[in-house]
Amino acid sequence: MPDQESMGEYNNRSEPSESRTVGNEPASEAQTTAPLSRRQLLKAGALGAAALAAAGGALARPGRGAAQGRGDSASPDAHGGPAEHSSHETMMSVGDVEVKPGSFDPTAFLTHFDTGKVSRLPSGQTLREYQIVAMDREVEVAPGVFFPAWTFNGQVPGPTIRCTEGDRVRVKFINGGSHPHTIHFHGIHAANMDGSFEIIPAGGVFTYDFDAEPFGLHLYHCHSVPLKRHIHKGLYGVFIIDPKEGRPQAREMVMMMNGFDTNFDGENEIYAVNTVAHHYQKHPIPIGLGEQVRVYLVNITEFDLINSFHLHGNFFRLYRTGTRLDQYEFTDTVMLCQGERAVLEFAYKFPGKFLFHAHQSEFAELGWTGLFDVQGRSNV
Amino acid sequence: MSEDALPSARPGHTRRTVPIWLKGMGPLLLLVVLVFLFLRFGPVGVFRQAFPPVEELTVERITLPRPGQMQVRVVNGGPEPVTIAQVTVDDAAWAHALNGGRTVGRLESRTITIPYPWVEGEPHTITLLTSTGTTFSGEVAVATQTPTADARYLSTFALLGVYAGVIPVFLGLLWLPFLRGIGQRWLDFFLSLTIGLLVFLGVDALAEALELAARVPGAFQGLSLVVLGTVGTLLVLMALGQWKGKTGAGGERSPMYVSMLIALGIGLHNLGEGLAIGSSYATGEIALGTFLVVGFLIHNTTEGLGIVAPIAHERPSLGHLVLLGALAGVPTVLGAWIGGFSYSPLWTTLFFAIGVGAIAQVVYELWRLFARRAEGGLARPLNVAGLLCGMLVMYATGLFVAG
Repeated sequence: MPDQESMGEYNNRSEPSESRTVGNEPASEAQTTAPLSRRQLLKAGALGAAALAAAGGALARPGRGAAQGRGDSASPDAHGGPAEHSSHETMMSVGDVEVKPGSFDPTAFLTHFDTGKVSRLPSGQTLREYQIVAMDREVEVAPGVFFPAWTFNGQVPGPTIRCTEGDRVRVKFINGGSHPHTIHFHGIHAANMDGSFEIIPAGGVFTYDFDAEPFGLHLYHCHSVPLKRHIHKGLYGVFIIDPKEGRPQAREMVMMMNGFDTNFDGENEIYAVNTVAHHYQKHPIPIGLGEQVRVYLVNITEFDLINSFHLHGNFFRLYRTGTRLDQYEFTDTVMLCQGERAVLEFAYKFPGKFLFHAHQSEFAELGWTGLFDVQGRSNV
Repeated sequence: MSEDALPSARPGHTRRTVPIWLKGMGPLLLLVVLVFLFLRFGPVGVFRQAFPPVEELTVERITLPRPGQMQVRVVNGGPEPVTIAQVTVDDAAWAHALNGGRTVGRLESRTITIPYPWVEGEPHTITLLTSTGTTFSGEVAVATQTPTADARYLSTFALLGVYAGVIPVFLGLLWLPFLRGIGQRWLDFFLSLTIGLLVFLGVDALAEALELAARVPGAFQGLSLVVLGTVGTLLVLMALGQWKGKTGAGGERSPMYVSMLIALGIGLHNLGEGLAIGSSYATGEIALGTFLVVGFLIHNTTEGLGIVAPIAHERPSLGHLVLLGALAGVPTVLGAWIGGFSYSPLWTTLFFAIGVGAIAQVVYELWRLFARRAEGGLARPLNVAGLLCGMLVMYATGLFVAG
């Protein structure tokens, strides 16, 4: 694929990544069988039906080394080469968001849980202490696209707060941003711990102190007005309360469905799970064959009524809000309103690359698409 | 400009300390020095704002060179460089390649190639997402493959130009014997009618120019271009008229000269028209149906009448007539060729503006022609009727082509 280079002028991660070379096999079959059906293929891809798996590494190959946005030259593409072997790799943001030290890495965020500073109260209750600082910060939501965000701890979404039912949770909130903010935790707590009326001015400090209940998958977000702006600018995060008896062993990951209205016209230009458009499509999430996977899925998408999650080649057990351990639905698609969340559990029967994405094609094509890379032998 | 051409303010003052050219250049040189000092040491920061600069990108042209490929030409007409970070087509992030860096400097342009499977006959929207998250969009009204400059394309547009420009003009020229046979009063009527036609065409061209000026990237100042093109052409043609075209003692224009001017003015208008047709056809905005071509045929035939009216009592050679027809009609072909594969709102605006200036000059000449006649000039009822008829005819035949 000689002219791929023309699309790859963005910097890639500095370390070599496996994802650069993966992902061509599933689509090559479709390509070789019918070059004429390219349109149908792409159309199918838009619906998330065909093997979008090809997308994985095709665009995430080494760039030209120069810094993005500096007028570095893309190789002129006089003959428009990309169309020659057009496939799902074309439906994607170009380039890759470089992960620098201290910047947000969706891959790291996926499996990172902040369980706080743990100690024991005289009563025997477990105390978990956290610190969250609101700060203004520009985040790269797609390669080369910078969004002037308001963040918790400099990242969007904020850190994933995790505790166990019955724990004492103490969150010290420092507002280092330029506007008044709060943290409103979903859960059962006292009125003055709700983060809706005690607005913390810029420079202010407040400590939220409550017992963790009920167990389930919750979220936290700023509740200052105008609410819409405070949320879509990035002040939100996932809040997990584990049941006392725990959940079955699984590989756990957090996915917050979000969007970014980069031109502030009241519509999202970019969609994603965990902020960066197409990140998990360019860097597929490796999971083992038959391995139990648990996804903590939260929807915070502003402006659009709903968002959704669709899993390819598999079905999942769906625990709405994660507040029950025994009741679930068996499905492959779930629709969530803003603020709604669900725990998904599944294991793959077959190896290979499988898509997951919003089943709103528009969201999927504007960034909310990812891949699971199921590794292992199918006969094991 | 030389020194002795200027009246000497201080006679007797012979010490030539400073050459006159330096006196003229002095302020300019100082300006250059000051701009340099300002940029180097000045308080530029004072004028900067904390928020991102206003970005401006203009989508000049979208072409569909072949199935599965789109090309977008964009120009940065804003005050600051703009970095194109992503491209979406119909709300889907899409792969693309630029013929240069992602950062487009002021007044620079880029061509973006997008491997997108566009659908014949359907509309598409291309949106450019900049590094600050600002969006700029361009639309394809009706997707159809952009013709390439091959023999088929060139002959199609040559044929179109011949039908829409050349044939009607020559047809109009055939009114010459008729105009010879009628009396002076009726000839004046037809001359007034010519003025009416020209006024209509001039206003039409001006409207086109102003409409297009809005699509010219900001830094290129579309409106100023229109004024410059119009007034500049008018002045240049008037100056040329002073220099040439005089016959006899009274400084009166030769009729042939007036006819040439009319043909030139109409030709420039038709060049703009050709550009617009070629471009619209190439980008799928119009399908050149039989109806439209017939419309142009009818619309432009009246132009030929206007050209020959001043030379009704002359004995023009066949060569002259062919020259007149070609001057008015052939630019349609040229315009269509250019417009089809190298369309830019900037140039088309300028061509239309030049057309307006040329037509204004012709109207001015004809006005003078009438003023010199003793019989009441244009204000005579029959001539007024002619003027109105000219405009009405253009309006009525315009119904065939206006979209």
